[in-house]
Amino acid sequence: MDILTQQLINGLVLGSIYALVALGYTMVYGILELINFAHGEVTMFGAMICLAVIGAIVSSGAEVNGLLIVSLGLLAAMAVCGALGFLIERVAYRPLRRAPRLAALITAIGMSIVLQNAAMLIWGKQYITFPPLLPLARYDIGGAVITNLQIFIVLLSCLLMAGLLLLIRHTRLGRAMRATAQAQDIAGLMGINVNTIISITFVIGAALAAVAGVMVSAYYGLAHYFMGFMLGLKAFTAAVLGGIGNIAGAMLGGLLLGLIESFGAGYIGALTGGFLGSHYQDVFAFFVLILVLVIRPSGLLGERVVERA
Amino acid sequence: MNGPPMTKWTFRLLALTLAMTACDKKAETASGTAGGETTVKIGQISPLTGPQAHLGKDNDNGARLAIDEINAAGVLLGGKKVKFVLVSQDDIADPRTATVVAQKLVDQRVAGVIGHLNSGTSIPASKIYLDAGIPQISPSATAIAYTAQGFKTAFRVMTNDRQQGKVLGEYAVKNMGAKRIAIIDDRTAYGQGLADEVDKAVKASGGEVIAREFTTDRSTDFLAILTSIKSKMPDLVFFGGMDAQGAPMVKQLQSLGLKAKFLGGDGVQTAEFLKLAGNNAEGVTASSPGLPIDSMPGGKEFRQKFTDRFGTIQTYAPYAYDAVNVMVDAMKQADSAEPARYLAELPRIQRAGVTGNISFDEKGDIRGGAITLYQVKGGKWEVQETVMGDADPKK
Repeated sequence: MDILTQQLINGLVLGSIYALVALGYTMVYGILELINFAHGEVTMFGAMICLAVIGAIVSSGAEVNGLLIVSLGLLAAMAVCGALGFLIERVAYRPLRRAPRLAALITAIGMSIVLQNAAMLIWGKQYITFPPLLPLARYDIGGAVITNLQIFIVLLSCLLMAGLLLLIRHTRLGRAMRATAQAQDIAGLMGINVNTIISITFVIGAALAAVAGVMVSAYYGLAHYFMGFMLGLKAFTAAVLGGIGNIAGAMLGGLLLGLIESFGAGYIGALTGGFLGSHYQDVFAFFVLILVLVIRPSGLLGERVVERA
Repeated sequence: MNGPPMTKWTFRLLALTLAMTACDKKAETASGTAGGETTVKIGQISPLTGPQAHLGKDNDNGARLAIDEINAAGVLLGGKKVKFVLVSQDDIADPRTATVVAQKLVDQRVAGVIGHLNSGTSIPASKIYLDAGIPQISPSATAIAYTAQGFKTAFRVMTNDRQQGKVLGEYAVKNMGAKRIAIIDDRTAYGQGLADEVDKAVKASGGEVIAREFTTDRSTDFLAILTSIKSKMPDLVFFGGMDAQGAPMVKQLQSLGLKAKFLGGDGVQTAEFLKLAGNNAEGVTASSPGLPIDSMPGGKEFRQKFTDRFGTIQTYAPYAYDAVNVMVDAMKQADSAEPARYLAELPRIQRAGVTGNISFDEKGDIRGGAITLYQVKGGKWEVQETVMGDADPKK
């Protein structure tokens, strides 16, 4: 029983990180019908910038509370990534908005490679460690262990997601975003500045990705210029699982994917009598993606079936 | 069909391309004998990008140091002064990429190859070198399969996993007093090979293997497998894999409140592991083939030279350095950098290298390599014990 609880905890933490990243994919897709493959790299930038800020504060020798340092790093990462998201849209996607869809997709992949290599040049090929600034506490729940960091990750993710849902459903900006997603040209005719709305969408998505990046680096204790790639793919899978373009779907998809991976890796060996081992953990994500695409192409919560080149 | 401006552009482009190809050709032929000295290319392949880039760069630097020293000392082959050039390629620790870049080096007519870093890349690439007749000396591939193929071009200056795994398994049971042992590996040729040998040695020494779990060489999340291991209550967890996975694994092991000891192979026994695992590294035990760097015959001197130029040694740099020297020694004995000629000399080489005495057995494995066990104490790898490998490994 305690193993079950523990795998549930592991999966929830992983899932809430996936969900945060998946939101960025789904928001951009909802508005532009573009898969922003550079989004995973934005997550990586978030982690790197946070670590750079933390490193600078720590090496300056200032006597600051660890929690405050990490918070500063997180805010800096959100700000820089927000700007990065804005820049990516402005430079790479806006000029191609009326171009064939494939051109934008290829640009997105290109952008991802550019960002990855830029990070490699700026921060090097080494792993960067997350300094032990946060006080670590462990709690025992019926034999399973949960750390304060894990609780914090899940809570912060839920908070951010709830905030985003409120923003989209109950504010003027949210209404403008929904209108732009439904019909860009008409929204423009109704007096909505479509370009601004699209920029804001990118900025919000990128800032959420930055939070996820910081969470990943704090959770695993490492950051690396390569880390965004797999995370991005998984989050994309989560977004498709929930129904791409659907905000609540991305959250559900992220959480489900985290749980599937965690339980999959924990039990597959026993279930298949050792035929499939736990190294198939990553395969689950993509197996689920294929299943969803075959059985329910619009995703779990997706309403419309997307048919585009 | 094209308008005039288009045609003009096409012509210009064509002219430019031709000019560039011409330059290329010139460079190609010039590389043979420039200014009275012959240029000999030696290839070096390791992951220079990706999660193992730090180890790959370490090998590259070790080889570069050797090449520069050899050039400074000057070598005459066939009465002509020879300048060695290191041609490095990046295999991103990926077996498929490894064969592509291996073929690239063969096409560039390198005289020999130092590499690859990983067993998983050295093995598929070795077939390409065999077909091209180019000698390959791996500084760090330890999988048994590498030399078990019977390729006459494959050599290594590193003790293999049969010896290392045996020592690790026995050490876990006899010296660390573990009875219930969980084994995790990263499913690479290296990790899996080492884990299999440890598995055998643990059972032979009277220990029990209570779990075999697997991960990949790109993962950072091991909570799921560690949770399922935890339920089986192990005394010790052995990990066959690299530092980039080992460090977060140790961290997660402790965050789950799993009180088992952690044991690793040479992939874990690196400076990077200490950096990545931080305080969590304390008490971790790992082995490394060969002697500790300060006990190596030329260790202190090498460390000085290396750190002055490149910074901290990760693990294998001294082996890459020795591998280059062994290759050049063979060329000197053959008085030729022609692969077919100096390949015949390699099995007869005797060199007092930085890492110890180097000579190869009939399989291309190093004779009598040692294995050293280290434990992290106060944030440093401290030598626990050095076990001498069999002088004549039974194959």
